[in-house]
Amino acid sequence: MKKTTLISIAISALVLLTLPQFLRNYGIYLLTYWLVFVLATMGLNLTVGYAGQKSLGHAAFFGIGAYTVAILLKAGISWWIGLPAAAVLCFVVGLILGFPALRVQTIYLAFATLGFNTAVWLLMRNEEWLTGGTFGINNIARPGLPGISLDGNLAYYYFVLGVTVLLSLLLWGLLRSPWGKAFTALRDNPIRAESLGVDIRNYTLLSFAIGAVYAGIAGALFASLVQFIEPAPFAVAASIMMYLMVVVGGPGYFLGPVLGAAVGVVLPEWMRDAPGVADWYLPLFGAAVVVLMVGLPDGLLSLPDRIRDRKAARAASAARAQAAADAAGAAQGAAKTGAM
Amino acid sequence: MAQSLLKVSGLKKAYGAIQAVGGVSFEVMPGEIFGVIGPNGSGKTTLFNSMLGQITPDEGKIELNGEDVTQLGPLELNRRGVGRTFQTLQVFGKMSVRDNLIVAAQEHSGTMLSRIFAPGDSNLGAKADALIDRFRIRHVAHKKAGELSYGQQKLVDIAMAFMSEPDLVLLDEPCAGVNPSLVGGISTLLKDLNHNPQFEKRSSFVVIEHNMDFVMDLCHRIMVMVEGQVMAIGTPAEIRANKQVLDAYLGN
Repeated sequence: MKKTTLISIAISALVLLTLPQFLRNYGIYLLTYWLVFVLATMGLNLTVGYAGQKSLGHAAFFGIGAYTVAILLKAGISWWIGLPAAAVLCFVVGLILGFPALRVQTIYLAFATLGFNTAVWLLMRNEEWLTGGTFGINNIARPGLPGISLDGNLAYYYFVLGVTVLLSLLLWGLLRSPWGKAFTALRDNPIRAESLGVDIRNYTLLSFAIGAVYAGIAGALFASLVQFIEPAPFAVAASIMMYLMVVVGGPGYFLGPVLGAAVGVVLPEWMRDAPGVADWYLPLFGAAVVVLMVGLPDGLLSLPDRIRDRKAARAASAARAQAAADAAGAAQGAAKTGAM
Repeated sequence: MAQSLLKVSGLKKAYGAIQAVGGVSFEVMPGEIFGVIGPNGSGKTTLFNSMLGQITPDEGKIELNGEDVTQLGPLELNRRGVGRTFQTLQVFGKMSVRDNLIVAAQEHSGTMLSRIFAPGDSNLGAKADALIDRFRIRHVAHKKAGELSYGQQKLVDIAMAFMSEPDLVLLDEPCAGVNPSLVGGISTLLKDLNHNPQFEKRSSFVVIEHNMDFVMDLCHRIMVMVEGQVMAIGTPAEIRANKQVLDAYLGN
């Protein structure tokens, strides 16, 4: 590993571990909220950024995870059973949602997944016996570890941080394996991928299913963080917001969701509280996103690549100019010699 | 007589009232380079797409090493040793050249589950490097494929088809859009790959191409298609001498 990479990992770890010590309760809460969205959008980044499947239904999995844990807790079942249950349920539903992607792509797939999200949202809102309808489910407990209470915001932050780091490492490993290349091949050119023996059907379905598992686990963490859930945060608007986070961070960049979720979760909160900005924060946020998309269509993390490309292009054109000058000089020299 | 590698018999495909391919039969022997020529609209592409499992023919049979593969799709055909290139460039633009080659063969060994735990290059690095040297694209091996020039991408595109050591490679206009100096290079490479001393395997080719010099030089046998029918099959010399072919297609 490169030295700079190691140093940045060390600094990030230090910041993530010590920063909450200096924050008040709301700050810690917001930081945890950010981590939950990092986790959820990491899953969406796999589906959208790496595998190229335009999904606008990610918040549905986020909701399925949250409701699974909440409903099971109400039934007296442990959070630690609820969490794997949420993950498995999201995996299965994710697989099923993958099937339309075998038939339709791009904007048509986006609409199919959007329809799915709406259906799940309606289920959450209308099936009161199960989900509590618009009143939602309150008093959702936080999980406990043997001998450690996670009820406090700080303890829960460290717990969510641990889960996020663990699942990031798992995803990193998956993307470094041949699967990462297969997903990218599927995104860049499915027909060619298939002609090279890549089972695009399986990879498409799994890109949805694995992405859904990340959203489901994030949803479970979310439910215990906010301790009260109702259908609104799992509506289509939330899916669009998550998609936006992936796009802003940089789809197909591993750390894209880290930045994207910061822009999508922390920035609006900060702008809302900043004096003078408060009344304008929504239009300002919207304008900032527009400017970003025009300037950096591949997301924030494409900036280093862009700078590198520009440098390379400048070096190449300088070399060309130099070569042309040399050639001209040589020709002039030859002409002089000829004249003599 | 040795068993044919590819045997197409009585292949028919119609689009509505248009009979794109109307009963085509031919065989490709192991190690052979088989050319398919014909004017636009003569059914070459439909024939190709049928052989590649992109479309299902209305009638007829396609056999690979004696196995009926008429109903199989592109994925199954590739796993059985059929590689292909496309008429237009089809590289994975955001992956490096080397990764393009690795992904072109990684799915041919192990299972999906075992590939999660496989090394990132699926132990194909040495093989990819060998092809990179052979195709003389070492200097761009770590660049993104989408950033290369057209000719370089074409080379990557062809190299990808050979990564999994296929028995049969279908090349759809390998010279389309390639500058004349590279056409000779591609021809040399293909002849070289046909012998394939490094892979201990002879790949056979079916080539669709409009560049007559290229086809006549490269192919062992050539099939001329006109209006969905086979007009002639023979060696390049025979095809050049065939009066009917001269009148219908080669003209001058």
